Amino acid sequence: MEFLVASAIGILTAGGIYLTLRLRTFPVILGVSLLTYAVNVFLFASGRLTVGAPPILRDGVSTYTDPLPQALVLTAIVISFGMTAVVVMIGLGAFLGSDDDHVDDQPQTDEDRSEDAS
Amino acid sequence: MSLFFIVALPFLGALLPGLMNSAGRAATAGVTFTVSLAAFVGLLTNLPAVLAGNVVMARVDWMPLLGLNFSLMLDGLGFFFALLILGIGLLIITYARHYLSRDDNMGQFFTYLLLFQGAMVGIVMSDNILLLLVFWELTSLSSFLLIGYWKHLPEGRQGARMALTVTGMGGLAMIGGMLMLGQIVGSYDLSVILQNRELIQADPLYVPALVLILLGAFTKSAQFPFHFWLPHAMAAPTPVSAYLHSATMVKAGIFLMARMWPVLSGTPEWFVIVTTAGLITMVLGAVIALFKHDLKALLAFSTVSHLGLITMLLGTGTAFGAMAAVFHILNHATFKAALFMSAGIIDHEAHTRDIRRLGGLRKLMPLTFVIASLAALSMAGIPLLNGFLSKEMMLEEAYHTVLFGSPLLVPVLATVGSLFSAAYCFRLIGHVFFGPVRDDYPAKPHDPNTGLWLPPALLVVLVVAIGVAPFLAEPFVKLVTASVLGDAAAVPTAYFKIWHGLVPALYMSLIAIAGGLLMLALFKPALFVWDKAPRPEAKVIFEAIVEAVAKLARAVIHASHNGAFSRYAAIALVVMVAVGYHAWSTGTVGPDTRTVQYAPPVFIAAWLMLATATAGLVILHRNRLLSLILIGIVGLMVSIGFVFFSAPDLAMTQFTVEVVTIILLLLALNFLPNTTPVESTVLRRVRDTGVAVLGGLATFGLSFHYLLRDAVDTPISEFHLANSYKGGGGTNVVNVILVDFRGFDTYGEIIVLGIAALLIYAMTETLLDGPVRARLLNRKPDQARSGNKHPMMMVVLTRVIMPVVLMVGFYIFLRGHNEPGGGFIAGLIVSIAVVMQYMASGFGWASARLRYPYHGVIGAGVLIAGLTGIGSWFFGKPFLTSDFTYVRIPPFEKFELATAALFDLGVFLAVVGAVMLSLESFSRLARLAGYHDSDEPMDIDPLRDDTKAAGLAAAEKKGV
Repeated sequence: MEFLVASAIGILTAGGIYLTLRLRTFPVILGVSLLTYAVNVFLFASGRLTVGAPPILRDGVSTYTDPLPQALVLTAIVISFGMTAVVVMIGLGAFLGSDDDHVDDQPQTDEDRSEDAS
Repeated sequence: MSLFFIVALPFLGALLPGLMNSAGRAATAGVTFTVSLAAFVGLLTNLPAVLAGNVVMARVDWMPLLGLNFSLMLDGLGFFFALLILGIGLLIITYARHYLSRDDNMGQFFTYLLLFQGAMVGIVMSDNILLLLVFWELTSLSSFLLIGYWKHLPEGRQGARMALTVTGMGGLAMIGGMLMLGQIVGSYDLSVILQNRELIQADPLYVPALVLILLGAFTKSAQFPFHFWLPHAMAAPTPVSAYLHSATMVKAGIFLMARMWPVLSGTPEWFVIVTTAGLITMVLGAVIALFKHDLKALLAFSTVSHLGLITMLLGTGTAFGAMAAVFHILNHATFKAALFMSAGIIDHEAHTRDIRRLGGLRKLMPLTFVIASLAALSMAGIPLLNGFLSKEMMLEEAYHTVLFGSPLLVPVLATVGSLFSAAYCFRLIGHVFFGPVRDDYPAKPHDPNTGLWLPPALLVVLVVAIGVAPFLAEPFVKLVTASVLGDAAAVPTAYFKIWHGLVPALYMSLIAIAGGLLMLALFKPALFVWDKAPRPEAKVIFEAIVEAVAKLARAVIHASHNGAFSRYAAIALVVMVAVGYHAWSTGTVGPDTRTVQYAPPVFIAAWLMLATATAGLVILHRNRLLSLILIGIVGLMVSIGFVFFSAPDLAMTQFTVEVVTIILLLLALNFLPNTTPVESTVLRRVRDTGVAVLGGLATFGLSFHYLLRDAVDTPISEFHLANSYKGGGGTNVVNVILVDFRGFDTYGEIIVLGIAALLIYAMTETLLDGPVRARLLNRKPDQARSGNKHPMMMVVLTRVIMPVVLMVGFYIFLRGHNEPGGGFIAGLIVSIAVVMQYMASGFGWASARLRYPYHGVIGAGVLIAGLTGIGSWFFGKPFLTSDFTYVRIPPFEKFELATAALFDLGVFLAVVGAVMLSLESFSRLARLAGYHDSDEPMDIDPLRDDTKAAGLAAAEKKGV
């Protein structure tokens, strides 16, 4: 099970990195979302994996899962929504303003320059 | 008065002139004067203690761990400078009141002036060198503001920039030097540093520290080769030139050298650097000053020259030199400030400062003539005026100084400097006041009103008084000298006298005065030679250097920072993995302590789906709609994973966030292209794959490593589990952590969330106001629109489900403290319920029924959470201390009331407001883009008159 969780984190990271390195805003946003999953799961897993022992106190139960990473990840999930929304808005604003959704500043090609000149 | 008040008064008082601006010029100047006067009187109350030889101290720990404390001290030297700063400040304020014209913003001017005054007093009273640095930089900044006070003049702006660049760079160097000094001594307190002469001078860091500190002092005090900024700073209004650039700020560097004199001076390095720089500056400044036609430029270069003189005296490292330096600081401040103010009077009355256009003012402005001439003669070193006394002492000291093995070098150069100094003083008097009265002055000159001539006149009274009766100043100068010298040397016994007998200094003085008169007689041919001689223009060189540095910076930045985000990301990722690998390979790795747990088939299935969806997302990401579905699957699998691993709260949060994120991305996709074109080269994709695989392997390795090992130290989670019920009154430990143990974190997080939503709202507003608006209005939808955008089935369903969902949200909220749930999750659920109404009936219909703007909801949430936290103050507890109790109201069962629930309510409201505000902002964009929204809940409504609906449909068709 540990292997599967670790590999899931790895897969999510790899996919996230690949998409983050794309040239258009939308895939980059998706990539960042994947990275967010990876990071959240990673943080969550730092409490180690526990099955069937939720962090709800019960009489007569002595093993609980680690509640601290859960609390931290919970706010991280909500904050990451806010962050995604802001990034999407920036991307959208840039696209609507320039009709261009490239992530990189396009270096001026010779063609552009001759167009400017004419 | 406490030293704190003396330093704080100008800073606090700086608020007043701006406020008094509308009350008139007299009131503005009056309040500034009062503030300065209060500080001045406060300073004088400390006079008895200083005269008794005590050092007044005041101290408050600021950042003790960094060694940065707000500690002040007042000894003779500090008192002397503070007296100059506040005393001359009072005169300058009076003068400026009459000097500034009605068009100038006087409140702003006096605010800057008081800021400067406070910073300057701070420098001379600091006992902590880090604190001194803070004040030091403040004087650079306030000087920048004052030089550039006339913002409309390009010279003012350029001069201000140049002054800030030069003094700012010097300040940076000085920070380095001071830190080294603190390292050597082990304390940043001046009083401690000054006791450690041997320790400092024996340290290998002594020379670097000395050079860096001197860089700071030389730039501030305009010593060669940094002298060039001072003349350009003369673009400032004349009161500023008189105050900052002759009497006070430029003396800060001198002050620092005097302050550090006991520990830094006396070594060959100090002697060679300081004396040489001072000598060169003194001669160079005097020669240039002679040939300047602008009165203020002449005075500026003469200031440079005199600062050089003082520096040279400090450089010799003898007690007599230090005493001469202190005496000359006093004398120079009196006669030079008087001269600057006189130059300002001439400029003010004759409307020109060009010496070539003046002359004959003796008859037109007799009062100004007397004041300026006495001050200038003092500067030239004529007996019975104070300049003579300190110049004589300087020449005496120079006569005994052997530099570079030559006993003649210093005396000859000092005489040459004095000669040119006398020459420009004579020129100032001769060419401005003597000669025939002209009839082509830009304005008819006459003596000014009292406010303008009284301040310089008072200074000239001092000039004459000290000059005639030097014994008046002697005890004070010796007191200050004693505090400069510290324990390093004894105060010289020499008396201040006008007549010393036929000593070498007298002959040197005579040569200088006679040579000065000769120079004036030969001025025309000398000027001809000067104008013909090639000489470097400092401003051009400075600008060339700045341009070269900027070019270099541009080249470096453009090469490394070319605007390609994906490149930065790739570089950052590779570096992160490399750093992680380094840590991994150099650290110690313990053995496995946990066993791998058995994975049931259902878990393997979920893993497979997650892996497949991620791979599919990467491969098919060009189809954007499809990729949204795939990322939805990933999110769902992550939620299921949370369920599996005993994290019900996380699962619920992830699940609900997933819904709103997908809606958000769909709204965005409305505008963005539906596909991503193939642009990157194969090579690039291979590179990116490589980076991605590298990053994936790294996180996999790290995760797998720690999943098989226990934490190296005991986690604090045990504490939370043990105290959740006892201290927080809840059995859901995750929720108790959120609203209680780490409530302050959560409070910060809901604020961040609120800010994010407001940011989105603000960006939408900007977009809707700008050129994008027209673009959106003219936008043609790229796909056919649905004929029935608000289908009846959906409308009915969402209406029916709304109360149910709200009830669920309420339930989740209430149970949160003891069972999975809480404010975050409830907020998301309620948001989804509201979003469904928007989706079913459109933006127009839904927002028309919106009673509370979402901004307010966010604000209310943050406010409730904050007030809950503040509430605990009333019970003498720290912020956000929670409390709970159990109550029983028949016929209900016993239930719990906790302040944490109130806090959670704040969280709930903030989440609802933030999520809704973000989504609403997106749909406002969509609404503008030609999606006609009716105010009706649904497009086809059997209860409604059909003709109206048909008309609506027709309008729609036309629109599309």
